[in-house]
Amino acid sequence: MSTVTMSETARGGDLSITTSPHLHSRWTTKQVMWFVVLALVPSAISAVVYFGFAQLLILATAVVFAVGTEAGIQRLTNKPITISDGSAVITGLLLGLILPPNFSLVSTAIGSVFAIAVGKMVFGGLGYNIFNPALVGRAFLQAAFPVAITTWTVPNFSVDAVSSATPLAALKFDSVSTAMGPLFVGNVGGSLGETSAIAVLVGGVFLIATGVANWRIPLAMTVGVVLFGGILWLVDSSYPSPVFHIFAGSFLFGAVFMATDYVTSPMTSLGMWIYGMGISLILVLIRVFGGLPEGVMYSILFMNACVPLINRYTQPRIFGEAK
Amino acid sequence: MKFKTFPGGVHPREEKELSEHCAFESMPDPSIVILPLSQHLGKQAKPLVEKRASVVKGQVVAEADGFISASVHSPVNGTVKSIGLESNSSGYRKDAILIVPSASAEGEDIPVPVSFEALDPATVTPEVIRSRVKEAGIVGQGGAAFPTFVKLSPPEGKTIEVVILNGCECEPYLTRDDRFMIERPDAVIGGLKLILKALGVSRGVIGIENNKAAAIAAMQKAVETESGLSVCPLRTKYPQGAEKMLIKAVIDREVPPGKLPMEVGAVIQNIGTAVAVFDAVTRGEPSITAAVTVTGRGVKTPKNLIVPVGTPLREVIDYCGGLTDDAAKVIVGGPMMGVAQHDLNAPVMKATSGIVVLTRDEVRAEEETVCIRCAKCIDACPIDLLPTRLARLSQLNMLDEAERLGITVCMECGSCAYACPARIPLVQWLRLGKQRVMQQQRTRGTAA
Repeated sequence: MSTVTMSETARGGDLSITTSPHLHSRWTTKQVMWFVVLALVPSAISAVVYFGFAQLLILATAVVFAVGTEAGIQRLTNKPITISDGSAVITGLLLGLILPPNFSLVSTAIGSVFAIAVGKMVFGGLGYNIFNPALVGRAFLQAAFPVAITTWTVPNFSVDAVSSATPLAALKFDSVSTAMGPLFVGNVGGSLGETSAIAVLVGGVFLIATGVANWRIPLAMTVGVVLFGGILWLVDSSYPSPVFHIFAGSFLFGAVFMATDYVTSPMTSLGMWIYGMGISLILVLIRVFGGLPEGVMYSILFMNACVPLINRYTQPRIFGEAK
Repeated sequence: MKFKTFPGGVHPREEKELSEHCAFESMPDPSIVILPLSQHLGKQAKPLVEKRASVVKGQVVAEADGFISASVHSPVNGTVKSIGLESNSSGYRKDAILIVPSASAEGEDIPVPVSFEALDPATVTPEVIRSRVKEAGIVGQGGAAFPTFVKLSPPEGKTIEVVILNGCECEPYLTRDDRFMIERPDAVIGGLKLILKALGVSRGVIGIENNKAAAIAAMQKAVETESGLSVCPLRTKYPQGAEKMLIKAVIDREVPPGKLPMEVGAVIQNIGTAVAVFDAVTRGEPSITAAVTVTGRGVKTPKNLIVPVGTPLREVIDYCGGLTDDAAKVIVGGPMMGVAQHDLNAPVMKATSGIVVLTRDEVRAEEETVCIRCAKCIDACPIDLLPTRLARLSQLNMLDEAERLGITVCMECGSCAYACPARIPLVQWLRLGKQRVMQQQRTRGTAA
């Protein structure tokens, strides 16, 4: 009997035959990506609030060039065009949000093209890249336009109307500490989406509560920065305190949106802890002993490179095997 | 209240409300009975009847062949039409005895069904329980259909400390174990006590997921006056009903890879199995009916049914009002591990627990995209494998590495494929790889 037989009371036609499971969770890659975009909205709003509507042009430029680059390369290489999965939108938005206010739009576009082309597509596109594409773009811009990318704007509602220096630079080079209030709300100098801790935290809580982001990496980074930053601070209190480490600069934005990038972070639980703590160790060393005031970008990129190795050596014990 | 559970797993939509309030109904005899000789794990039974032979309800028509096997009884009075290959709900064609039930004419003597002597559970000995369970052809109702008699005969040197009755029913949609606990608590408890007696064990625990409040209450009431018996409410999560996960949740022990629950002093029996044991001992009934939940949005009137074994699926579905216009997939078993059917002439078997019919909207295929390494499959895997890695190794036929990473430990629960946002058929790749690795192991065994 090769034909499909249905009961008399039912319509004719074929029965669907697949192997189990016959149910799927509602999550799709596309949905995961668009949830991340949604989580970035508060940070984009904080960019507008503190640095003006003009900043939306930077974000738009970054997104358009990221998506366009992905589509263009896929078209040229005769690959299916997958821009609707949202991943290039995320890369563009992330890159825009870690650029300084009023950054040149041409430079922004160059950074975006570089991020997608070199950070993502040369590796084979989504799922295959080793480094976080937005950070690759930012690193390229840092090398290409070192002055422009460290030129900060005085934010709206600034308590200190003359200083545009970032809190980390102020502490490092001028021994001026910034109060917690401004760091929390975001009326301080810094990259577009990174100054407001509260906006980043809203996005982070949303991602963790919906199960999109794994909580282990942000927690591991926080534990790491408290531990390593705390030890140094106890040794010499002129170094930044652990709380200052967390709320100043790119730490929170990096912990919530950059380090949690699925593709470039470890897949095992232990691996996530090692990765998160590793980022914080390198970060504290750069911030305290390095020549730069900030080190989130480099520490994440460095740990990105370690991910295949971390995955390999942190395979979990199989259920029932001897502990 | 904090409910016990295991790490990992997934939360599919439960969908129990479609049938959980439907009390069991007994289905009448079908127009044809298809009795597969192998409705169990192990060697297929040997037919004892020939074509055109008359058979009586309860009569043994095929006997167990060897230790791991189970006898098959006729669920109806009738005539053997043929013995040969027939469609089977496992997806393969298998040997079966076809019986045409005889319509009893007016005034004609109805043959008396064959049954065993009813025994008093209080005085029955462990040996008698075991032989009765064997004679009745009872197989595990949890899915694997392992002959129950074998599970009641542990090898020398293994100490069993606890019997856990599996009332999790963690597969979405299915509600028949739930109904058994609500409608026949005495049979569940009675069956458990007989199993305990057969094994010489004094501790019995009934593990039930907390989405079955009525069943938990019924069981708690039933064990109140019993010593050594208790109810363990568990968090609702798939696959809580897998033996390893149930043992982990209830007594916090881990069954080592490749070993049986006996290794950690536990025996697991399904709720339906306990009822079958109780009925075989106290009523003398052989295993000729299956308790089946017929449900899903693709069937007009979901029901919980007591169905004569061997009834074609189409007759069971017709008894429930038939398929809806948008019915698209008929699954025997639950939707997480069950088998999609291509031929509704396949029969209900002893261990068939459900017929779930999904609609076109519910089975719409989604495009597979690349792995984004989100690790949701790793979080979901209840036995801590790396499904995405193993699936890749299976694709590349890198069997030695897959074996090293534990592919043979996979119990194919499907949590990984359920969780994957890229819709990669993970468990399917794992199944393939596992089969190949086991094939390789066998070859190695023969070579050595």
